[in-house]
Amino acid sequence: MSFIDLQGIYALWLRDVKRFTRTPSRIVGALLTPLLFLVFLGTGFSGATIPGLPEGVDYLQFLVPGIVGFAMLFGASFAGLSILADRDVGFLKEILVAPVSRTSIVLGWIAGGSTTAIIQSVLILILSIPLGFRVVSVLSIPLALVILALLAMTFVGFGIALASRFSDSQGFGIIIQFIIFPLFFLSGALFPLEGLPTAVQYLALVNPLTYGVDALRAVLVGTSTYPLAVDLGALVVSAAIMVGLGAALFERVEAV
Amino acid sequence: MDAIQVDTLTKRFETTTAVDGLSFTVEQGELFGMLGPNGAGKSTLINILCTLLKPSDGRATVNGYDIREETAAVRDSIGIVFQEPALDEELTGAENLAFHARLYGLGKAERTERIDEVLELVDLATVRDEPVKQYSGGMKRRLEIARGLIHEPAVLFLDEPTLGLDAQTRRATWEYIRRMNEDAGVTVVLTTHYMEEADQLCDRVAIVDQGKIVALDTPEALKDQQGGDVIVVGLDGDAATLVAQLETQSWVREIDVTETEVHVTLELGETRIPDLVRIADDVGVAITSVELRKPSLETVFLSLTGSTLREAAEQTTAPEDGTPSDDRATSGPVEAEQ
Repeated sequence: MSFIDLQGIYALWLRDVKRFTRTPSRIVGALLTPLLFLVFLGTGFSGATIPGLPEGVDYLQFLVPGIVGFAMLFGASFAGLSILADRDVGFLKEILVAPVSRTSIVLGWIAGGSTTAIIQSVLILILSIPLGFRVVSVLSIPLALVILALLAMTFVGFGIALASRFSDSQGFGIIIQFIIFPLFFLSGALFPLEGLPTAVQYLALVNPLTYGVDALRAVLVGTSTYPLAVDLGALVVSAAIMVGLGAALFERVEAV
Repeated sequence: MDAIQVDTLTKRFETTTAVDGLSFTVEQGELFGMLGPNGAGKSTLINILCTLLKPSDGRATVNGYDIREETAAVRDSIGIVFQEPALDEELTGAENLAFHARLYGLGKAERTERIDEVLELVDLATVRDEPVKQYSGGMKRRLEIARGLIHEPAVLFLDEPTLGLDAQTRRATWEYIRRMNEDAGVTVVLTTHYMEEADQLCDRVAIVDQGKIVALDTPEALKDQQGGDVIVVGLDGDAATLVAQLETQSWVREIDVTETEVHVTLELGETRIPDLVRIADDVGVAITSVELRKPSLETVFLSLTGSTLREAAEQTTAPEDGTPSDDRATSGPVEAEQ
């Protein structure tokens, strides 16, 4: 049982991707909430004067990176939920009794959950184009994927950490709702953070999504609050912490 | 080398001792059964042996590997079918097997070959590409058994392999278990609370109650300990004359008299019923009923623990949901014919 078992990781990744692509209803369901935000806010506030909006940037341009980040958060949280669903149906035992290290299992889930969450984010990005969104340069797409991958690792890792401390999927689902929306509203995804009270702004500074959305805005729209290097640095740190936390907490999960 | 060696193994939970100082060995190639009511500690023992639970005390080896120290080697060398189904219903049968094979490190060529082989073994080759959610209960069970065999384990654990299956599917599943024990040569350890299953399927049976093994032998030897068949004769009137006459017969081993019944212990009871009826006729005693009781593992369990499997289960656990309706028929205390 090697510490990192590539074939085991691949098996878990393949399973996640197959399950995802095979249930179109799940994809539609995962896209629906971000899409509603995008369509209603994007069209409703178009042309509105929003305090703190960078000069010459249309609200839709501002909003799309935020919704892409939200779709990522939404998609990644399902990874934690699917672990608890596996436990509910007994499939988790089948995974845990295999000669594969817990670390490899966590890495497999992160690979699978990240892949499906990135697909969802990219679909939102593509769907925003008919609404009028314009990417500044084709070259920014690969960089955006790197940012999405770091965000995915952060939030799937967080989901695994949280799922490791929970035993029932219903309670987990409720908790996730209470976490997703504050993270979303406190990330500058919908409006510039300058308007918020100072104390709340500090909270935004420890929110990984803040840096993810800012970095996406930097590469997709060409405007950002922080330098891109700062955003990327913060994302690398948060991804490392959350993956480590997920692995550490899952290590202690009792199999039965 | 024995397939499994268990030495004073104990597992304590907060309020209960689920496994209480168990010691036994399982030989290679054996089909070994653990019979006991729900809550007797069978599943806990299996979970310990497959390294999912740590024992509180004692030690055990599986295929020569220590279950505490060499968990990876133990896991590599065992297959397990859990009590609750553990399949990904959205994947096809073949995909479930491929997932498992990858987790156990099988390369592509070997994987393809083994998947074909085990699907053939459990007769699921024709539905290999159907999603598992479309499988019947029996098919799912077979797929799990096949999955347990993919990586060619030396020992296969089956925790209540036929729980929730109807009587016909149960019998078919026995056939598959027997077949892989013989053909693949794999040692099988199964738990069950169906006495018929332990009796018909297993080479040796450990009778487990409240975390302890109360008896361990072949089903035949266990039943022989009961001293033979019992003919229960219902009477209308005085038993004394009949008893006196019966006591002179060489084939009668023991006689118990209750208010309305005479219990005659003997061998090959079915061949003596005519004699018994004739004797009763001769002495003028009116018989109201005759019943032949063959010893079963149920009666063995009853005599060792003082309760039936069903009663014992009710003492330790609440009645289980989804218990199949034929449960009573297969594990009832009285079985006139096998």
